[in-house]
Amino acid sequence: MSEPTVVLGAGAPARVRRSRVIDRGFRGTTLVVGLGLIALLALMLVELTTGAWRTFDAFGLRFFIGTSWNPVSGREDFGALPFIFGSLVTSGVAIVIGVPIAVGLALLLNQVRGSIANPLTVFVDILAAIPSVVYGLWALFVLKPILDSSVEPFLIATLGKVPLIGALFRGKAQGPDLFTAGVILAIMILPIVTAVSREVIAVVPRDLREAALALGATRYESVRLAVLPYARSGIIGASMLGLGRALGETIAVSLVVGNTPRIGWSLMQPGATIPSWIASSFREATSVGLHRSALLALAVTLVIVAFVLAALSRLLVRRTSDLVGGSAADEVVTEGIYPRAG
Amino acid sequence: MSAAAGTVSLGPVRGIRRAKDTGFTVFLWTCAVLALVPLTWIAFYVMSKGIGALSWNFFTKVPAGPLNPEQGGIVQSFIGTGLIVGIATVIAVPLGILSGIYLAEYGKGRTASAIRLVAYVLLSTPSIVAGAFIWALVVVALGNFSALAGGLSLVVLMWPIVAIASEAVLRLVPQELREGALALGLPRWKAIVRVVMPTAGAGLLTAVMLAVARALGETAPILLTALGNDYVNTDIRAPTDAVPLRVYDYARTPVEALHSIAWGGALVLLVAVLFLAISARILSTRQQKRIA
Amino acid sequence: MRKVEIVDLNAWFGSNHVLHGVGLTARPGSVTAIIGPSGCGKSTLIRCLNRMHEEVRGARVEGKVLFDGTDIYGADVDPVAVRRRIGMVFQRPNPFPTMSILDNATAGLRLSGERIPRAKLAEQGERALRAAGLWDEVKDRLNEPGGRLSGGQQQRLCIARALAVEPEVILLDEPASALDPASTLRIEELVGGLKERYTIVIVTHNMQQAARVSDWTLFMLFGEVVEFGPTEKVFTTPDDKRTEDYVTGRFG
Repeated sequence: MSEPTVVLGAGAPARVRRSRVIDRGFRGTTLVVGLGLIALLALMLVELTTGAWRTFDAFGLRFFIGTSWNPVSGREDFGALPFIFGSLVTSGVAIVIGVPIAVGLALLLNQVRGSIANPLTVFVDILAAIPSVVYGLWALFVLKPILDSSVEPFLIATLGKVPLIGALFRGKAQGPDLFTAGVILAIMILPIVTAVSREVIAVVPRDLREAALALGATRYESVRLAVLPYARSGIIGASMLGLGRALGETIAVSLVVGNTPRIGWSLMQPGATIPSWIASSFREATSVGLHRSALLALAVTLVIVAFVLAALSRLLVRRTSDLVGGSAADEVVTEGIYPRAG
Repeated sequence: MSAAAGTVSLGPVRGIRRAKDTGFTVFLWTCAVLALVPLTWIAFYVMSKGIGALSWNFFTKVPAGPLNPEQGGIVQSFIGTGLIVGIATVIAVPLGILSGIYLAEYGKGRTASAIRLVAYVLLSTPSIVAGAFIWALVVVALGNFSALAGGLSLVVLMWPIVAIASEAVLRLVPQELREGALALGLPRWKAIVRVVMPTAGAGLLTAVMLAVARALGETAPILLTALGNDYVNTDIRAPTDAVPLRVYDYARTPVEALHSIAWGGALVLLVAVLFLAISARILSTRQQKRIA
Repeated sequence: MRKVEIVDLNAWFGSNHVLHGVGLTARPGSVTAIIGPSGCGKSTLIRCLNRMHEEVRGARVEGKVLFDGTDIYGADVDPVAVRRRIGMVFQRPNPFPTMSILDNATAGLRLSGERIPRAKLAEQGERALRAAGLWDEVKDRLNEPGGRLSGGQQQRLCIARALAVEPEVILLDEPASALDPASTLRIEELVGGLKERYTIVIVTHNMQQAARVSDWTLFMLFGEVVEFGPTEKVFTTPDDKRTEDYVTGRFG
């Protein structure tokens, strides 16, 4: 046996000492890079806020409730309400249409075991990767003509006559409108809301479902009794992820919504959302005056909402996992990697 | 429904309970159809419309003049996408993996929880905001749009993805392997770099693929930072085109021939992104089997 | 002459005090077994001997562990250096999945930073695999992945891996508890063969194994040493009643 080449005490050879330095250096480097993420977030918020500051300073809260947007110098007025309205309406339509379908699909995928469910699950997950511009192109050349020629006239003729909600469905079907934007957004959020809901529902242990069935409940009742109460927080969390995605979507919306600042009752009219407006106006924003700053103010509004939604959704999704007991929270959270905004 | 006192009918559930159950099943299947029809339709439609546009010209020429637009191509978009996504990948991947290593190997305290939360929040950054951020920081400051700015805006989106995905993958490596390496007298950093990371191997690659797939499809941030270009550009400080951006621009023109080219671009994007997503999926399942 | 001597060792997980004033002596060329019921602190104790315990967040150690007279917990002692001279084999076999059988055996040598020529590595790998009783079974497939071996073979591979760096002390933390009886027997035979050249400390929950394999036995209860002495004495005429109750199977 050869002599030990490593000594324990103070006479430790240079190789061992150097290793300790490298060890500390390595750890330090990874820490600094990790902290860099925090620095990135801070830098982003600071940069956007400083840019937006002049606008907030000039208009204060009027920025959020003002309805006219006029970048012409000398008559500058920046009111974001039409875009906030457009964003809320299109995302609202997306959630109302998209979430029930997504949750329904998620429930189905959990119930149907085996050879159909697995490929289907993978299929839906992979569809989450489709770029927004592809959705947008299809929405402009395929979806919009169909909606304009069949669905919207139908809705206008039927629901449009109903008191109260009829106001949503007045006007001409032709032309870009908020409804079409809402529908394409609904389609776009399906993969992410389905994926997260599916994970959240799967985390509810079998025994709970089986206990309900053993009590003589029908399938529907067992879902209502044993699954949904536990999965509810998680499903709301999934919807928030979908909402965040819908609010942030630029390209697909921009192609079908008409980019017209407008507030009104009807979904069949054109409008504009915050991202679509930023995308369509930024090229004209010169450094003179407040135009650039106003666009950044819109960006700040959007990003704060998106971040709050993200933090809330993480909390809610965790809540289901904690309720049910398990470390599935992190797997579910990782699903959030797939969503993309355009 | 009458039954003798003390007996329970073993017949099928009737009445309103049955109706609700059937209705529920119908609802579930309807949802499945409503969800899958548009999604598959999109995929197949793009393929059928786009395939006609793919030609030699499409891949090798720049846009042609207004008299014969169908003769032109979008080679500058492919080169631009390569440039912009390339810059973003080269920056975001090391940063992301190092962040992931910190979170998985060293991070158990409050600092790590804070970093993790920030990463998750950054993951939800709307891409237009990432674009606006770099627009304000780089484009406005330097005075011009550039591929570099485009790359940086994608870094904002890619870094959190790589960080979160790498952490998840590194955590899957069993603790016993780390202990085995340490017990052999390896310093911590070597245990991580020479044992843990190679074991996570394919998983780390998956993290990168997911991030790149995302970057390839992004339009809004590039719109605000790289602007676009009708000609091939290799200067990272000059305005550069990208495939999704070009598709967006052509979609908005009234020229039919350009729409056709747009479908071609959409097809190429779709194939690239789906290829990455599917490969990532396959690699990931294989990796999980290897470790388990 | 004492190879390893533990003096008044205390250990904590956070605020949980798990080892109380433990003492032990291991002479060169001997096998010392540590026995006791689940949760008595056996694994914690053995992991303090190669400074693995402190790798857990919030874990703490106080006391002395003397190795050839030097306290391994001394101020200027590098734990990495300690682990080169005091090796460890774990309860569940943990060969590195991305490495071949030969590479696994020589992992400690290759990754130490020294440049060792391929021929020499192969030679040392063979020596370690022979010492672990695995050579004949794997000599024709040295390049296959380590994970393809059976459980017992994987554990012997881990032993070879530990032996290759030529430590002086080998710590075995329940090395056979995840294995079938035939493999367990082989491991025990191996331990018997190794004790000539190494000082061995083995944790086991299997009393018969301790009786078969060791020269000295330490019996622990609730983080404290109840009795320490020659194996024969501990098992036939123990001083402490609790020891007697345990080794006769009345509890544990």
